[in-house]
Amino acid sequence: MRAHLALFASGLLFAAGLGASGMTDADKVIGFLNAASGAWDPSLAFVMVGAIAVHLVLFRLISRRAKPLFATTFQIPSRKELSPRLIGGAALFGAGWGLGGYCPGPALVSTTILGTEALVFTGSMIGGMLIFAAVTSTLAPTENP
Amino acid sequence: MLIDLPSILMAIAGGVMIGLAASAMLFFVGRIAGISGIVGGLLRPEPDDSSWRLAFLGGLFVGGLLLAATLPEAIGSPSGRSLPALGLAGLLVGFGVRMASGCTSGHGVCGLSRLSVRSLVATLTFMAVGFATATSIELLAGGTL
Repeated sequence: MRAHLALFASGLLFAAGLGASGMTDADKVIGFLNAASGAWDPSLAFVMVGAIAVHLVLFRLISRRAKPLFATTFQIPSRKELSPRLIGGAALFGAGWGLGGYCPGPALVSTTILGTEALVFTGSMIGGMLIFAAVTSTLAPTENP
Repeated sequence: MLIDLPSILMAIAGGVMIGLAASAMLFFVGRIAGISGIVGGLLRPEPDDSSWRLAFLGGLFVGGLLLAATLPEAIGSPSGRSLPALGLAGLLVGFGVRMASGCTSGHGVCGLSRLSVRSLVATLTFMAVGFATATSIELLAGGTL
């Protein structure tokens, strides 16, 4: 129960961060990815700067602990291979991101205003995930980056 | 280029919140805050593996509702993309992030913070293709599609 409350609070903070940062504004995201607009707004690059500055330090401190507070082990991805699957998937994701202006977190958060754009995008995104699960159901689980 | 200082400060502040949320996930339950992996795992459920995902996504969704109530302008300014374009974009994003085992959060924030080479390659790829896509749409179609 405490673990679930902590997870809920983490999700709440994550959504607030996405909203504050501008990542839930698809028009702003498209403006960031559009280098030919004549008024390129690079501010969204600083979302990653802020997030990594914090997590780079805290990741090191937290992963030194013996275990998480409410779980028995840390589940941190350890794969190293640079596969065609990694690069091909990232390329497809990038194409969809530049076309639609949403990545997965902001898409989910944006559905709360029940706007047609975010609902169409998010519904299709879940469809795309299901298609991937269907075509690769014989492969290993694809949980970790 | 447009240098908008308030926008940059909000991006950093939002990024810091995202970094703290990812750190909280790790500290409390030892998990990576990768949105596509958390959602994708629900679509191929394994025993005792869904409730932690739903707790986080519940927080993300309630966070979105609070955002919609308090800062509605953060979500949903029209992007100029048509619904068919958004549908295609959603399919590409959903399929691509599962194929690449991560998205902006899992690879871009968590992976880069761990100095993962896999995540660096994925992030450079989706950023480059995202820029290429949005910029091409601007140059070839005047920013509407």
